[in-house]
Amino acid sequence: MRTRLHALVATVALGIGGTAVAQGSTMDEIAKYREMLADGNPAELLEMKGEALWKKPRGPRSASLEQCDMGLGPGKLEGAYAQLPRYFADTKKVMDAESRLVHCMMTLQGFSETEATKNWFSKPGQDSDIEALITYIGGQSNGAKINVPARHPEEARMAKVGEYIFYRRSGPQDFSCAICHGQEGKRIRLQDLGKLTSQAGAGAAMSTWPSYRVSQGAVWTMQRRLIDCMRQARWPEPSYLADSIIALEVFLQKTASGTVMQTPGIKR
Amino acid sequence: MADPMKIRASAKEGVTEVKVLMSHEMETGQRKDSSGNLVPAHFITEVTAEHNGKQVLAAQFGTAISKNPYLAFKFKGGAKGDKLAVSWVDSKGDKRSDEVLIG
Repeated sequence: MRTRLHALVATVALGIGGTAVAQGSTMDEIAKYREMLADGNPAELLEMKGEALWKKPRGPRSASLEQCDMGLGPGKLEGAYAQLPRYFADTKKVMDAESRLVHCMMTLQGFSETEATKNWFSKPGQDSDIEALITYIGGQSNGAKINVPARHPEEARMAKVGEYIFYRRSGPQDFSCAICHGQEGKRIRLQDLGKLTSQAGAGAAMSTWPSYRVSQGAVWTMQRRLIDCMRQARWPEPSYLADSIIALEVFLQKTASGTVMQTPGIKR
Repeated sequence: MADPMKIRASAKEGVTEVKVLMSHEMETGQRKDSSGNLVPAHFITEVTAEHNGKQVLAAQFGTAISKNPYLAFKFKGGAKGDKLAVSWVDSKGDKRSDEVLIG
């Protein structure tokens, strides 16, 4: 009996050692997998589609989006995504890339908000113009540094609101963003969880969206990512372009500021 | 009509490396939609590549190939400024051809 128990203890100890080794190499293998994927990122196809949509006259006014001001002046897209969200004097609101794009679709092209946001994400057999346009706009900031200092009082207020939401525990599981994303070196199943309260952690996360998700076969925008985080935390799902989501984006972009964008990204 | 491909081709020391990203659903015909009906098969069956009008690659594709296929290959020859064309045909007879200049 005693010998058997000893043997069992030895097996358990070995088992733990084995898992630790396997974990390290699994992470390496995942990194290799990502590297292979990056060479043929299907998001580039969507980027091309988004560029065509940006330049094409559409909507009731048959206008293109080329005069859209994403914060750096009409039609200036290079580096624009990296400095969003920001305060816009014309709408008196802090807007992210997606809410600003929808604003342009409404003011320049004459779409109603319902029409513009009807297919804000794609499903099998149903394309999303917003997804394509945001992939293109995001790609135009590839190599730019994230720069959201949130100095304007409205931006500073949104950053505060975002920080509050990040730490606020609520919902049926009494869950907050910080439970998964407030510590170093945590993971869920095989996914590393970024510590989004540090510049490195927030930078790694924010610099790679919009991102092609291999598991979904689609590009996800930041709005979709965050709304789905809420769903996973069993919170009520915010509606598309909700201020709560934009506030979280301001908080995360402010923390990530200084990180170089690598867009469009590719993820599991 | 099918969406454009993204093609990159670069010549180095007498060898041209080609990287092609194709936009296609690549439905296997074995998947069911949310109401339980089979999603009909729809996939690329043939891919060809031509360098200045001369075929350098012919491939048969099937259902084992992923959505939005990525294909990379090398061939001997090719110089900067040469034309490289890639075409595909799918199971419904849809076609797409795109062309780039080798860089």
